[in-house]
Amino acid sequence: MADYLDEMDHLADDTDPTVGDLEIQNFTINFGPQHPAAHGVLRMVMELDGEVVERVDPHIGLLHRGTEKLIEHKTYLQALPYFDRLDYCSPLAMEHSYVLAIEKLLDLEVPLRGQYLRVLFAELTRICNHMLNIGAHVMDVGAMTPNIWVFEIREQCLEFFERASGARMHSAWFRPGGVHQDVPLKLLTDMADWLDEFPSFFEDAMSLVVDNRIFKQRNVDIATVSQDDAIRWGFSGPVLRGSGVAWDLRKSQPYDVYDRMDFEVPVGTRGDCYDRFMVRVEEVRQSARIMRQCLNEMPDGPVASTDRKIVPPKRAEMKQSMEALIHHFKLYTEGFHVPAGEVYVATESPKGEFGVYLVSDGTNKPYRCKIRPTAFSHLQAMDFMCKGHMLPDATAILGAIDVVFGECDR
Amino acid sequence: MAHSAPVISSNTGVAAKLGKAIGAALLDTVEAYGEISFTVERSKLATVLEKLRDKHEYQQLMEIAGVDYPDRPERFEVCYHLLSLTKNHRIRVKVSTDEDNAVPSVTHIWEVAGWLEREVFDMYGVLFDGNTDLRRILTDYGFQGHPFRKDFPLTGYVEMRYSEEAKRVVYEPVKLAQDFRSFDFMSPWEGADYILPGDEKVGGETPPPTPKTTDDKKDTGAGDKANEEAAKPSKRKEAAAKKPAPKRTKSGTQKKGEGK
Repeated sequence: MADYLDEMDHLADDTDPTVGDLEIQNFTINFGPQHPAAHGVLRMVMELDGEVVERVDPHIGLLHRGTEKLIEHKTYLQALPYFDRLDYCSPLAMEHSYVLAIEKLLDLEVPLRGQYLRVLFAELTRICNHMLNIGAHVMDVGAMTPNIWVFEIREQCLEFFERASGARMHSAWFRPGGVHQDVPLKLLTDMADWLDEFPSFFEDAMSLVVDNRIFKQRNVDIATVSQDDAIRWGFSGPVLRGSGVAWDLRKSQPYDVYDRMDFEVPVGTRGDCYDRFMVRVEEVRQSARIMRQCLNEMPDGPVASTDRKIVPPKRAEMKQSMEALIHHFKLYTEGFHVPAGEVYVATESPKGEFGVYLVSDGTNKPYRCKIRPTAFSHLQAMDFMCKGHMLPDATAILGAIDVVFGECDR
Repeated sequence: MAHSAPVISSNTGVAAKLGKAIGAALLDTVEAYGEISFTVERSKLATVLEKLRDKHEYQQLMEIAGVDYPDRPERFEVCYHLLSLTKNHRIRVKVSTDEDNAVPSVTHIWEVAGWLEREVFDMYGVLFDGNTDLRRILTDYGFQGHPFRKDFPLTGYVEMRYSEEAKRVVYEPVKLAQDFRSFDFMSPWEGADYILPGDEKVGGETPPPTPKTTDDKKDTGAGDKANEEAAKPSKRKEAAAKKPAPKRTKSGTQKKGEGK
């Protein structure tokens, strides 16, 4: 033993504790592609110095299905269900941008009830999405219970979608010109009852985390992003607002009946993961507020445009009227033609600005449909946000930017 | 305004003002559907966008979209969507390019452009001069071709499966049990670009055949001669009569059925 220590003694000295020819190099690990905290199929090649992240290279595209190419081969109506499958956590918000883009090209007016129903369900989608993200985020940093609680609320949201459209997730309920079908009155009254009871349940779940010491230690001052950085990195939605930029497309560029709604836009002060989380928590409360206003103000009337060259007639009408039958047949085979031109329509999806750049050549199929995903720009900044943080912080950062790969990879 | 799409600030005077700011690099301005698009010279793109960001408050680059127009001399169009948070306005700046000519990168103006340019490169093969990390982004490792080009087939060229023999994932040429069916539902009277069945006869050298008329009895082909022919027993019936009735032998399938 003494011999060994003597031997080691002259190899190391006090100024340079490195032993002999042993060279210390950074450790590269693969985060994902199958990792519970990766929120889907994300592969991140991380270079670690000890436990400190030096460099992150996200490899995306593992869920790339060529949606944009497929859309070019479908009629405008056939392309709609692809949007549900982009961000499968907030399907109706994806459809919203697309139908608005078509309506902008057609200059098609949507009846007021249709607009109210869309806003109502877009906000329900927001609550539904935030329930998933809030739950997943707290679970990523170690808390189990709130996730189970908020999933209960998410399940109730999905029941409403099912009652309106028949599908829990892939609704395909927003259509060019309005919504597919009217909702029963009982659904609206049940929704009003639910809006009275779910907030207390939600606040209960949030009381477990928002002031929790462990939760704060994991999130406060993690991945601080300044206003200027957030703008240059193309951030949008809660991540941009978390950095203190009061920018919400529902307020600044209102669509449908958002200009009639009274709600507030929460912003963060420090731009860290905790702020992004809290912005989402407050957005849930504001969404509930918007939904109540929709339920109070919603007028009666048609839910979709009565322009029979765009919107198919009701089935009952089809059984009686020859003209309705012809319209139905033509719209479900050839579809409607959209005038040539190009529009970029962006709406405030729960995750940020979700845009659709639609190029039409005057036929019944889109010439090009570019989808602007929210997660793309946020994920690109992973390297910039993770640098200098610890490895476990990466999951908190990822949770706070709310990625869903159906949308990111398209 | 009838539609309920997002409302941005007024476009009044914006096109003229920004057109003046872009100056000589401006090739075309289009204002349609309440949106303004500028087409600019490719080589000046970076300076134009920098000017728009610094002098005209278009702080955010939201999207870079590639579009393929195979008929044009420069087939690709790259569209930059800018957003002004302070003026609450959106504009679009376009450049056109082809497979060989690179578009100047704007990664030094907006960091977000890095991945957006990578995506356009991956999907269309447009090169970006100055992007230091121009790798593929969405397609598979080792993918060949640029899938969003209009001449790239929807089904692609290769498919992937796990091979039990090789114990790894293998790539094979794509085999479809059924071809992708693309129905043409366009109304033919609204200008189909193909010839309708039967229309190929019109406009040809040969005049349409005159229809057969039966003014006389002989034109009809009826008469005694025809009646005689009809009265003859047909050859097929004779042959059937000569042949003995086929024996019902036990065929293979029947045997199988009996065996059960």
